[in-house]
Amino acid sequence: MDLRLFMLQRLTAAVLGPLVLVHLGLILHAVRGGLTAQEILARTQDNAWWMAFYGLFVVAAAVHAGIGVRNVLLEWLRLPRRLGDALGLLFGAALLVLGVRAVVAVGGAWA
Amino acid sequence: MNEVERTVPATEEGRSLTVRIWRGAQDGEFVSYAVPWRANQTVLDVVTEIQRRIEPALAYRFSCRVGVCGSCAMTVNGKPRWTCRSHVGHVHEDGVLTLEPLRNLPRIKDLVVDMSGFFDKWQQAGGRFSGTATRHDPPAAVDPYSRKRRLADAAIECINCGVCHAACDVVAWKPDYLGPAALNRAWTLVNDERHAGARDTLKRALADGGCCACHTQGGCMAHCPLGLSPTGSIAGLKRLALLEFFKGGR
Ligand code: SF4
Ligand code: SF4
Ligand code: FES
Repeated sequence: MDLRLFMLQRLTAAVLGPLVLVHLGLILHAVRGGLTAQEILARTQDNAWWMAFYGLFVVAAAVHAGIGVRNVLLEWLRLPRRLGDALGLLFGAALLVLGVRAVVAVGGAWA
Repeated sequence: MNEVERTVPATEEGRSLTVRIWRGAQDGEFVSYAVPWRANQTVLDVVTEIQRRIEPALAYRFSCRVGVCGSCAMTVNGKPRWTCRSHVGHVHEDGVLTLEPLRNLPRIKDLVVDMSGFFDKWQQAGGRFSGTATRHDPPAAVDPYSRKRRLADAAIECINCGVCHAACDVVAWKPDYLGPAALNRAWTLVNDERHAGARDTLKRALADGGCCACHTQGGCMAHCPLGLSPTGSIAGLKRLALLEFFKGGR
């Protein structure tokens, strides 16, 4: 269990590294030429690349952060293992839901 | 915690060293002793002087007095060290030494901890060597320059003193973490071509509570009196973990 989570966290970190850089670049790109919601959405909506990119981003971040929070809870707060597992999972799931909602709202073809 | 002051009869050149020593087990208190300041003395010398001259009931461990056996480790002014290799002049803080038992192990009495959990973890980590040859076979011809042997050699000098175990925060947080010394031992065996149980050792080192729990902060490495790097050994185990993971072994 520990080994698998450890590896998952390392792998998602490796995925997140380049994604964060591209993400920073995208922010610069997205705010160029007007900062209103309308203008930004015009550039992001109905864009499959954008969706795929941030879809992967959200999944990787949710997995990575969920495992991290679990470790913090187990090691620093010394929660029982099951409870730490459950809360970490809950945290990851919450991030996933929020993230996917945001991706769909900003990048989807509607909204 | 009320501190008791016990003073020694004589001091040399009027200067004295204040030594605060933990007395008791899990529950206890610091007791202060004043002993003569001497130009050349180790922390272990000071403890011995206090035990011989002031406090015969003081419990502590030592054997070789020269950094070979690893039994004299204690917490000196907050850091784990071998007391026999710690010169008072290098470790005192304004003429005060505060001595406690090693961290992360149950306290038995005064400066003595119960090391059995520490040694049990060596076994749990697969730290027992099992040979492939019998006494009738010729000695194994191990190439000292082979990659594996050099990796093992870099970590082999450990004398089980427990200093790194006491220095590791993850051991403090996670009682089931095997700790730097046991994992360092496992690493030497995984790289020992004569060891019959290398697979088993690796499996144990990668299991829950094993190498994946290490934060790579290097507390163990910073404190090991031999300058070994359990951090590096554990990083080696993690690399093997990656290979195992992709091989789909687990
Ligand atoms: S590097 Fe790992 S084993 Fe060493 S002190 Fe840090 S967490 Fe503990
Ligand atoms: S690795 Fe160093 S500090 Fe740790 S038990 Fe061995 S000799 Fe002591
Ligand atoms: S007494 Fe043996 S190492 Fe200190």
